[in-house]
Formats: sequence, structure tokens, C-alpha cells
Amino acid sequence: MSNPFQVQVAERTASTAAIRLEAKDVSIFYGDKEAVKKVGVSFRSNTVNALIGPSGCGKTTFLRAINRMHDLTPGARVTGQLMLDGINLYGSDVDPVDVRRRIGMVFQKPNPFPTMSIYDNVAAGLKLAGETNKSKLDGVVEKSLRGAALWEEVKDRLKAPGASLSGGQQQRLCIARALSVDPEILLMDEPTSALDPQSTARIEDLMESLKEQVTIVIVTHNMQQASRVSDTTSFFLLGDLIEHSPTAQMFTNPKDQRTEAYISGKFG
Amino acid sequence: MTNAQENTAVQAKTFTRTVSSARQFQNAFVGGLIALGTGIVLIPLFLIVGQVIFNGISAISVDFFVQTERQMSAITGGGGVLNAIVGTIIMVGLALVMGLLIGIGTGIFLAEFSEHPLVPLIRVMSDVLTGIPAIVVGLVVYGLLIATKLTGYSAIAGGVALGLIMIPIIVRATEEVLKLVPTNIREAGLALGLPRWKVTLSIVLPAASSGIITGAILGVSRVSGEAAPLLFTSLGNPDLVWNILQPMGAMPLSVYNLAFKALTPAQNAQAWAGALVLMLFILMTNIAARTLSKRR
Amino acid sequence: MTTDVKRPRSMTSAADTTFKNIIISLASLVLVAVFLYGVVLIAGGFPAFAREGFGFIFGLDWNPGTEKFQALPFIAGSFLTGFGALIIAVPLSVAAALFIVEYAPKWLAVPVGYMIEMLAAIPSVVYGLWGIFVLIPAVRSFQSWLVGVTGLDWTPTGIGLMSAILVLAVMVIPYVCAIARDVIQLVPNDQREAAYALGATKWEVIRYGILPYARAGILGGVILGLGRAIGETLAVTMVIGNASEIAKNLFSSTATMSSLIASQFGEAGGVQLNALIALGFLLLVFSVIVNLIARVVITKLTPVGTRL
Repeated sequence: MSNPFQVQVAERTASTAAIRLEAKDVSIFYGDKEAVKKVGVSFRSNTVNALIGPSGCGKTTFLRAINRMHDLTPGARVTGQLMLDGINLYGSDVDPVDVRRRIGMVFQKPNPFPTMSIYDNVAAGLKLAGETNKSKLDGVVEKSLRGAALWEEVKDRLKAPGASLSGGQQQRLCIARALSVDPEILLMDEPTSALDPQSTARIEDLMESLKEQVTIVIVTHNMQQASRVSDTTSFFLLGDLIEHSPTAQMFTNPKDQRTEAYISGKFG
Repeated sequence: MTNAQENTAVQAKTFTRTVSSARQFQNAFVGGLIALGTGIVLIPLFLIVGQVIFNGISAISVDFFVQTERQMSAITGGGGVLNAIVGTIIMVGLALVMGLLIGIGTGIFLAEFSEHPLVPLIRVMSDVLTGIPAIVVGLVVYGLLIATKLTGYSAIAGGVALGLIMIPIIVRATEEVLKLVPTNIREAGLALGLPRWKVTLSIVLPAASSGIITGAILGVSRVSGEAAPLLFTSLGNPDLVWNILQPMGAMPLSVYNLAFKALTPAQNAQAWAGALVLMLFILMTNIAARTLSKRR
Repeated sequence: MTTDVKRPRSMTSAADTTFKNIIISLASLVLVAVFLYGVVLIAGGFPAFAREGFGFIFGLDWNPGTEKFQALPFIAGSFLTGFGALIIAVPLSVAAALFIVEYAPKWLAVPVGYMIEMLAAIPSVVYGLWGIFVLIPAVRSFQSWLVGVTGLDWTPTGIGLMSAILVLAVMVIPYVCAIARDVIQLVPNDQREAAYALGATKWEVIRYGILPYARAGILGGVILGLGRAIGETLAVTMVIGNASEIAKNLFSSTATMSSLIASQFGEAGGVQLNALIALGFLLLVFSVIVNLIARVVITKLTPVGTRL
């Protein structure tokens, strides 16, 4: 963020592009416990949006609500509206399977399918959709692996098992897998927390190019990472969204005292 | 991409269902098959338990528990299975002594001396023992004790056969539960200056006792229903005997014989009644073991 | 306890050594037992092997009257009933395991799992009794219907291969199901989430995320189930008819290795006794091989998961 021009560009993108994803009064409950409280926030097209906050603040819970992963957790309940392009993802006529297809996800720990090859891991999503055309699959696999900056490293061993890659490569494989179905939003749940600094740097670089195709929402526990990669940052505390601002502004001039305390390392 | 283009692109994409109806159908269809399969699995349970209770209850009376098979009549029924109940208790008791001694000893060896070079071999062999068919155990005990005239057909031979089946069950239960005992409990004992044997026997083993008891009850539940290892060892006996050097009856043997011999309605009913007593005993011990292991 | 503390160190370690020796002796009895199994069955069965040679395994003629003891019909019977039972049991077991782990809500999954475990606890003789009084008449009616429809010249008895397969299937299901359930439960949740996040339906999650991960363990369970089925004795003895010949059709009376031992041992003497013990040896070898193969399958084929 040392280059003032970059900050400017980021702010402009963040403030003028169309709103893609919007949360209105979103509350998330585990049983009776309200883990996320009436959150309202919107993310614009082709931006990287970081969610930060101390452990247990609800940031991951909120992220997982965006592609309806909570449908799989017994006792979890989401109220309010989460809109993608103005359509409520929790509407009665919306199929969660559709939602997850348009909103991809990368997890904290790389989780390639261990019995599948590199190729099959990336092709899995398309095969689900019934795509059988070999040349089309080949094309998408290459495009996705290139998109995840993994193609050059694996193009000669696409038939090798996905689990044979290093941790950082596995995570990029998972990004390629998520990209293969051409999602509009990419959710990333602390995608580098299990990786070494070098692999982390590669994935951070990757995000910069990925936002040309997708809108990214990333949960990170690492504030340096948030400041390096994101256009906007949302600070969560105890289930409340305390502050949502352009990243440069939040890290230089936070509006809320609690945000300031957190980013200056006073707690968390 | 300009904002205008972006907006039209956004407007164009709405949630028309992208999941094909074929996939939706397949998903629902397989879900239905899985539920159906589970139902089919449960049908025999209800049939068997229901029929054993329904057909057996009519022949159950006080006599059934205090008279012997010798007193049974093909026409009028009568008699009971006291000889078999006593036989099962005696032989399962013998098996339990053998199974607990060798089973707990081996379990301690596997869990507490895990660096010993024999551990992997003994663990594999214990698993192998689990898989050996009960009928083979009967043959071996026949060859070992009866063919060699060490004993005749007797309760002791039957008890040894059942004990051999029980050993691996108790070994596994003991090993698993001993491994769950936290290391710091052992260290606390050793730090008090207690010798290792005392730490193992008076601190670690008691901490693991409920798990071992669960294993022992499961072992009892398992061997009480076994007839195959008794066919050529305890042989069966329609009279009530207490001498463990004589042939002795057992509940599963009685059910086997009654079912094979059954020609008259009275005999049929007795066979079902025998099965009912045996099944209830085994289900009860099984449930007891599970309840105990849950409370732990 | 306080006296122990005052004991000289040498006495304590002597007691520890004694303790260790006792424990090792007890554990060694497991090895002795396995060793004795082999010795007793080889010694007892040897005269039959010596007399028949490879014919014992590959010959079809078992006749105590003419003193021919060739066991192929029973080896075949064991495998026919075992595989037949697995064909029925495996899909049902896996379905029930998936139902318990993936589909059913907890209030339903727990009792269903419990009931299937109860099925495993019911003794073999009770299954046999049920086979005699319920299953055999049912199979007999089906056979009569089949004879009526096809005009085959069978005598419908209900006793035979089919009844044995059905009884065994019911008995093997809870065993295979328990293993499949454990294995499916062990599939890491991130595999499920990875598939869901790609927009998979529930069945697709199972097919792409769960079954590939669990298949080695399930296969191991199936192999152990085969061992179970082949060693199972009394229930089979009670319904299979124990004819000393290879099964001619799905309903004909035949015998398995274990059912033949159970049904002929009582009246056997001389070489027939040796031949039955030799069959026991085959069963022992088979059960050991099955157990070892299943272990290898489970440990070697289970995915190592993600590497970090």
C-alpha cells in the first residue's frame, strides 16, 4: 500500500462498480445462539473484500452463509436477506445447489479429492454438470489451472494424484477447481492459514489477477494480508459488523475505536 | 468492461435453475433407494424378534426354567431347559476366567509395553483369532483335549473353546481403553515412587475398568450364543450336571437340537421358547454393555 | 503403599521384571494358541490330505461309504453361499450406512444404528431356527410357484443353497454395515464441503466426495464379511440340506465346509474324521488370509488425505 496510485485505483473500483453481493439484516443462529447479528454490507463487482476480526467474531460464519453452506449444519439458521445481483439467495425458489455453483469456495485447509488426479479434481465440477466433451473439459481444465497459476507446474503430470502436490500447490488446485465452474463470486476462508510464507505470497498475487473474473470475499486472521490484497475490509466483533470501509481508509483512519484497537494489535 | 456493460451482464443473469432436472431426479431417486435399502435391512430384525417372541412365549412357563430336557415329551411338551441354562452359566463362567486372564494380560502388554518387539505380531495374531470361525475353534479344542484323552467331552473343554473366542474380544477392549488413560496419570503414579507394576495394576487398570467390563460383557454376550464350538467339546446333556468333567448342555445347543428334532407342535413351541430365552439374555447383556460404555 | 517407597530400588525393579514377564507370558499365549490351531488341524487332517492328495481340494467325490473324501463341493458351497450373501448384503449394508451417517437426522440415525447392531447380536442358532420355520417354507412356496410357471422338474423343498444365502445375507449385513458406517464417518468433512461448494447435489457429494474416500475401508469390510459368511456354521447347517454334492442349481441341497463339519462330525470316525479336520484347516487358512488381505486393503488403499 506504499504506492498512493494503487490505493486510489482500489478506492475508485470499490466505490463505483456495480453492487454484486448485498447483505441486509443478516443474522445467523446456531440453535439459540446468535453468531452473526443483523449484518448489512455490500460488495461491488470485481473487488477483493476482506473480513477480519478476532476468533469467534462471526466472520467465517457470515462467509459460509453466502453460499448456503449452513444448510448442511444441523441447527443453523439464517434470517434476513443475502442478495446476489438483487436476488435473495435464501428465497423459497432458489436451490442451494445453484447458489453454490455460482458462488465458489476455497477452504482453510486444502481439500483436493484424494483419489482423483489433478485433472479430475479440476474437471469434477464440470462433470457434475454433465459435461462430457473431452476437448471442452481439456480447455476448461487448462484455463482454470492457468487462472490459479498452477498450469506451468503441473501440465506434464495432470494424471498424478491431487494429493501428491505440495500444500501450496494443493490450495491452488482447489482454487482451480472452484474456478472451473465459472463462478461469479469466490469465497475464501483463510485460504493461506495452513501455508508457508512463499505459498501465501503466490496466492495473494493470484487474487489480484483473479478479481478480473470474479468478486472475492476472503476471511483472514492476518491483517497484513487484508491490507495487501483487499479493496474493502469489514471488521467483525462478537457477531456484529463494526465497520466496513475501503481498506486503505480502514487501516489508516478507522472510524470506530474498536477497529482501531484491533488493527493496532490491542486485542485479538 | 464499462459499468454499463457490467450492469446489463448482471441483469441478464438471474436464477433460472441451472441444476438439470435429471440431476435433481437422480438425487431424489438415489435418496429414495437408500432409505428403501435401510428399510429392507430392518425388516428381518422385526420379523425375527417378533416371531421368536410370538412363537416362544406360549411354551414359557415356570417349568421351562426348573425342569430339564430329559423331562420333555414330544407330545405334551413339558420339561424345560434348566440343564442348558446351568450349563451355559458354568461354561461361560469358565470362558470368562480364561478370557479375562489372558485377554487383560495381553491388552496390558499391547498398551503398556508398546515398544516391545513382539507387540505388532501379537496384535495381528489377536486380530487373526477374532476372524477364526467358531466351528474351527471347536475342532481344535477337540483335537487338543478330547482326541488326546486329556479330558472327555466335558464342560471344561467347552469352556476352553468359548474362552478362546472371548480372548481377542477382551484383548481389544482392554488395549483400546488402556490407551485412553491419560499418560499423566501414569506419570503421577511413577512420580510418587511407585513401581511400574503397581502403577499399572492399582492406578491404570482401575481407571480403565469400566471399559474392560464392557468388553467382558460383550464377550459374554457373544459366546453365550455360540453352539458351533460346543458341538464336539461339551457335546450337550439333557440332564442337569454340575461336574465340569462331564458332558454338559448349553442354551444354543438346546435350541439347535430342539429345532432339528422338532416334529410336533409341542416341540416346535419349545424350540421357539428356547430361542426366546437365549435371545433375551443376549440382547440384555448387549444392551447392558452399551449402556455401560455410554455412561463412561 | 508407603512401604513401597522405602523399598530398595533393586527389589522394585525385580518386582517390575516379574510383572513384565508374567504379562509377556500371558500375551505369548495368544501366539501359542494360533500356533496350536495350525499344529492340531494339520496333524489331525494330514491323513486325509495324504490319502487324497490334491484330490482333496479339486475332487468332487465325498462318500464315507466308499471312503472317498474330496472336498470341492463344500469349498464351492462355502464360496457360493458367501458370495451370494455378499451380493445381497453389500448394497443394502452400504445403503444403511449412508442412511445413518449422511441422510438421517440424529433422532432417527441413532435408533436405526442401534437396531442394526442388535441384528448382529442375535445368535446363529436363532437365525437357523427362523430359517427352518419361516424362511424355508417361504422359499418353498416361491419354488413351487417357479415350478408352476416354468415346468421344471424340481421338487420344491425350500431347503438348500437359496435359503442358506438369504440367512447368511441377513447375518452379514450388520457386520458389513458397521464397518461401512465407521469408515464413512471417518471421511473428513472438508471432502463433503469441497463437493458441496462445487454445486454438487447430495448424491453427487456421496459419489465424488465420500465413496472414493471410503471405498478401501468398505472393501476391507466386505472382505471381512466374506470371512464371516464362510465361517458361519449353524444357521447354514440348519437350512442348506447338507448334501455331499455340488449345487446343481440355486435351490438344490448342498453343503459348505463348516456345515459339513457340523453335520457329519458326530458320526465320523477314522479317515472321515481326519477329512473333516482337514476341512477345518482349510477354513483356518482361509480366515487368516481373509483377515490379512482386509488389513492390507484398508491400510494401503485408504487415501492419505491432504498433505501439509
